[in-house]
Amino acid sequence: MAAFHFELVSPEKLLFSGDVESVVAPGSEGQFTVLKDHAPVMTTLKPGVVAVATGDGKVEKLFVRGGFADVNAGGFTILAEVAAPLGEIDIAKLDSDIKNAKEDLGDAKSDEARRAASEKLAQLEEMRAAVGA
Amino acid sequence: MPSLKDLRNRISSVKATQKITKAMQMVAAAKLRRAQTAAEAARPYAERMESVLANLAAGVTTGGPQLLAGNGKDGVHLLVVATAERGLCGAFNSSIVRLAREHILRLQGQGKTVKILCVGKKGYDQLRRQFEKDIVELIELRGLKQIGFENADEIGKKIIAMFEAGEFDVATLFFSKFKSVIAQIPTAQQLIPAQIAANENAPAVEGPQPSYEYEPGQDEILSELLPRNISVQVFRALLENAASEQGARMSAMDNATRNAGDMIKKQTTLYNRSRQAMITKELIEIISGAEAL
Repeated sequence: MAAFHFELVSPEKLLFSGDVESVVAPGSEGQFTVLKDHAPVMTTLKPGVVAVATGDGKVEKLFVRGGFADVNAGGFTILAEVAAPLGEIDIAKLDSDIKNAKEDLGDAKSDEARRAASEKLAQLEEMRAAVGA
Repeated sequence: MPSLKDLRNRISSVKATQKITKAMQMVAAAKLRRAQTAAEAARPYAERMESVLANLAAGVTTGGPQLLAGNGKDGVHLLVVATAERGLCGAFNSSIVRLAREHILRLQGQGKTVKILCVGKKGYDQLRRQFEKDIVELIELRGLKQIGFENADEIGKKIIAMFEAGEFDVATLFFSKFKSVIAQIPTAQQLIPAQIAANENAPAVEGPQPSYEYEPGQDEILSELLPRNISVQVFRALLENAASEQGARMSAMDNATRNAGDMIKKQTTLYNRSRQAMITKELIEIISGAEAL
């Protein structure tokens, strides 16, 4: 299969850059797969897992939270707000974060605070589900 | 003529100062390396962001969101002045403040209202003397070991909230661009309306330009991308500033250490000379006393 250029960047660093066969990304209007010569698309992302199939049959999975995907003639670029390889996520810390977020939600006084807390909780739970086990 | 004891005290105090400046120089060197890697790591994101935005903005012909096109007015300017939290870094803070001050005076000369948002205490201290009433807020980043994107995001959101509340029309960011350890360039960058560089290094596509598909829609994406872009610009500025600050401190402390060395040398020569003069004087007294007998 033909390869194309893929890049995943977060504000802190460049997480992935290289030639890949296919990328599955969690678009805000549904998951989509990008192969070579994909039509130019720009979309926002929702929290989820980006699965990158590199040429040698391996699949690299990275968690992203919020961001943009830009597919053009030069390749595919994801600008993520937060991104981390699945293997590097600390499950214990994630669990305690979820617990904290739940408490925040219980303590939230105003509608605004409640909305922010539930959004955060949903994102964390998405991340937890992605890590599995 | 200072006495021998005075000279000795002076030498030892200069030596103590030299030790401090030397230590500060080494600390700055270590911090500089970290700040530099952080600044370099953030560069790809900002560059991609720019090219995505350029692609997107090229499709917008007229109008567009206010963050991109401005609100059509030019009366109130917001100046975001990013400086360091600490001094002892040469002309680093003053040169940013000087650039900001020139801007302020020019804008005020044109009869425009200026509002100042200070990031970092040192800039606030310097601007306060002249423009106390124009300063809206001071954001301190003291105690942060490493500037994270969240810090920049917070500042970015604050700026956008102010813009949406109609508190200003044009926003400019002042910071120091890191070129090398000895060269930092104070820079002014316009944040709102967004300035988008023409995308020259985009791959030239033959034939008709492919039309982008937008999900959900072009306007939705743009309205999400623009606030993010401001946070990214602020983040980049803060990182560049951090690297510049350490670089400036390093060379300032290097100079100070060298100066202290020179001073010690001079004082030691003076000390030795007056010590010998004293011995000679005593000898003369003894000899002439013996001769008089």
